[in-house]
Amino acid sequence: MGTILPGVEGYMYPNEIELQWSILIVLYPYITGLVAGAFILASLERVFKVDAVKPTYRLALLVALAFLLVAPLPLQLHLGHPERSFEMYLTPHRSSAMAMFGFVYLWYLMIVLLMEIWLDYRKDIVEWAHSGSGFKTWIYKILTLGSRNISPAALRIDDKVGYIITLIGIPSAFLLHGYVGFIFGSVKANPWWSTPLMPVVFIFSAMVSGIAAVMLLYMLTSKLRRVPIDMRCVDTIGQYLFYTFIIDFSLEMLDLVHRLYEADESLRALDFMVHTRLYFSQVVLQIFVGTLLPIALLGLTQVTKIAENTRKAIYSIAGAVTLVSILAMRWNVVIGGQLFSKSFLGYTSYKMGFATREGLLPAIILILLPFVILYVLVKLLPPWPKSEAAA
Amino acid sequence: MKDFFRNAEHLIRVLVLLAIGLAAFLVIRRSVIPAEFGKYGHFRPGAMDDIRARPVKFAGHAVCEACHSDQADVKGKGKHVNVACEACHGPLAKHAEDPASLVPTLPDTAVLCARCHEASQAKPKSFPQVVTAEHSGGVACNTCHKPHNPQIGG
Amino acid sequence: MEMTRRDLLKKSGKFILLTSAAAAAWDCVLSGKAEAAPNYDVTQHWWAMIIDPEKCIGCGNCVRACEAENDVPPGYFRTWIERYHVVDGDFEHPQVDSPNGGHDGFPEKYKDAARTFFLPKLCNHCADSPCVQVCPVGATFVTPDGVVLVDQKYCLGCRYCIQACPYGCRFLNPKTNTADKCTLCYHRITQGLTTACCESCPTQARVLADLKNPKDPIHEFLRTHSVQVLKPQMATHAKVFYKNLDGSVR
Repeated sequence: MGTILPGVEGYMYPNEIELQWSILIVLYPYITGLVAGAFILASLERVFKVDAVKPTYRLALLVALAFLLVAPLPLQLHLGHPERSFEMYLTPHRSSAMAMFGFVYLWYLMIVLLMEIWLDYRKDIVEWAHSGSGFKTWIYKILTLGSRNISPAALRIDDKVGYIITLIGIPSAFLLHGYVGFIFGSVKANPWWSTPLMPVVFIFSAMVSGIAAVMLLYMLTSKLRRVPIDMRCVDTIGQYLFYTFIIDFSLEMLDLVHRLYEADESLRALDFMVHTRLYFSQVVLQIFVGTLLPIALLGLTQVTKIAENTRKAIYSIAGAVTLVSILAMRWNVVIGGQLFSKSFLGYTSYKMGFATREGLLPAIILILLPFVILYVLVKLLPPWPKSEAAA
Repeated sequence: MKDFFRNAEHLIRVLVLLAIGLAAFLVIRRSVIPAEFGKYGHFRPGAMDDIRARPVKFAGHAVCEACHSDQADVKGKGKHVNVACEACHGPLAKHAEDPASLVPTLPDTAVLCARCHEASQAKPKSFPQVVTAEHSGGVACNTCHKPHNPQIGG
Repeated sequence: MEMTRRDLLKKSGKFILLTSAAAAAWDCVLSGKAEAAPNYDVTQHWWAMIIDPEKCIGCGNCVRACEAENDVPPGYFRTWIERYHVVDGDFEHPQVDSPNGGHDGFPEKYKDAARTFFLPKLCNHCADSPCVQVCPVGATFVTPDGVVLVDQKYCLGCRYCIQACPYGCRFLNPKTNTADKCTLCYHRITQGLTTACCESCPTQARVLADLKNPKDPIHEFLRTHSVQVLKPQMATHAKVFYKNLDGSVR
């Protein structure tokens, strides 16, 4: 018998045994998904005039920004030559979905998110720049870009432009996250990834995670600031979360049913993989605990009257479980797609390091970093109404 | 109109900043982009030259035969006619370039011959193969077989 | 060394006839200007390879030769050999192994009546390569003469191409931190030499071919033999042609 390779079952092509895309590549779509989802929630108020969610509007934008700033970091850590990443700007290969990353990212960061936040906060920024002193005031002064005009006419223009930007921002958010789905969905070599549904599934699960994140953060920050939670707001968010989750779940089930029905050459290998290596993360965590449970909980709030405190508990549990579930979904796509051999004859395992460049420790740091950035942003650009700016 | 520009002046500042950024990017791009990129396709043509400049390690049997024509003659008459010199003797471009710089060591026939000729179910049936332990009882292969022309009595 | 005039004539005649192209190319190699090797016009060649699995004896010469020629890091494979074991004609469930890619040959494993054979694999240098399609910056490409190469100075190491290859022939080189794979010994074939793997194959199971050369034996070969490529349903237009490829091959 030849060498028995640790973690390998059956036959893998020799170059396939080691996984190419690590937990950092699991994190990247998770982070951009949160960005896109938070932005969609913000656009609910701005474009679709859902007044009820207004208390979360600015918070959602800041959440999106905090996560967007961290988004390129897992990619840079993963690259063999991060110093060459600018080449995507020099010579983007038009046939590669990945090549659009640099441009879509910059577009979304500057033209959509920063512009929208700036336009919405501009009146406050100008006021803060001319009151008080110190380091913070200097930042506000720079942010005014030298303009003091906050007359009603100027603010009306801001509002109109902001509306257009949010309008453009919605497809931009879909592009920012959908292209990642296409990166996976267009790989014909990998049957776990290759499906036209992939960008759509990514977008809907992104919306689910982003909405859940903003809802949780709103409830958490209200509690920390000892301010009553606007129940009309969270009830509305909960409703959107519920319906978006139903669409997301339907899409995932459609993919599964389609695979089982067509039963092509890859089915046996993929089925085995899901029942063994991916059982906990896919069946237990993503489907049962992560999707069916929150849908059931949220569904309960839709069909029957429930006391306020119970509703808060339901939203908290559903929200937290959702965040874990969508992370599990990214894991199942990225890692799952590399656990089986393209010969359909074998399986390998993912050996994740801890304090290595692509290990668990940098992943944990990267997922916590946006919250640190959010804290700074919230201190700099408080998203709460002035009347509430107490603690 | 003048009113509009006064009230939209901050937006114009943003546009100016973006325009400056774009101009800076285009200037930097022109100076940093690799020479002749795109000449044959979406790649740097220098890469082809880089790869072509890699050192050659196997000289190729034609080069060996230029000097070692006597061995080539012997080999040409036997079953190993199509086995290249370096298939057994290893990469010897260095030796071909400067014979004194690398003197090839004679391969160990016990290991070398068995690689090809040890019996295996996966090998084509017509291919000469033996169970070496039974065939020679541990005696070195070149005791009876001359590697360049392995047929005994041939 | 004693040499008669006859010997001298024989020697130089052989040199002139057999190796004029190689000798001219060799001069360029020696002078360090390989890229200036004479008479190589990229538009005059379209490289491919023919593999006859029925001739492969699994000796591993090709794997070792490639490693020596191209400094392939151990544990990674620009070419490798697989051994197939098909029991009772059940070609949908073959047993396949490739101990260290076949680098040290194959330890004896099977002693039954099942059909067993070796299968060498390498980059198929696809004309419609999915790996080239997905590279975000143009670090991997098809040359005008049909060889898929990686620009080691430009590759970011994003590994998208490795994911996109249906055949598993790419890997990330831990020394250069870039994608790496078989180059069809581009540095050799552009000088009139053959690839290291074809040179060292004792049974000519692997033979380099040039589809644009009207005298190349591949044309006759394709006309007279049953020939397949790996995973034809992927429509990559692979250029490594296998003679009588078994249905069990993955």
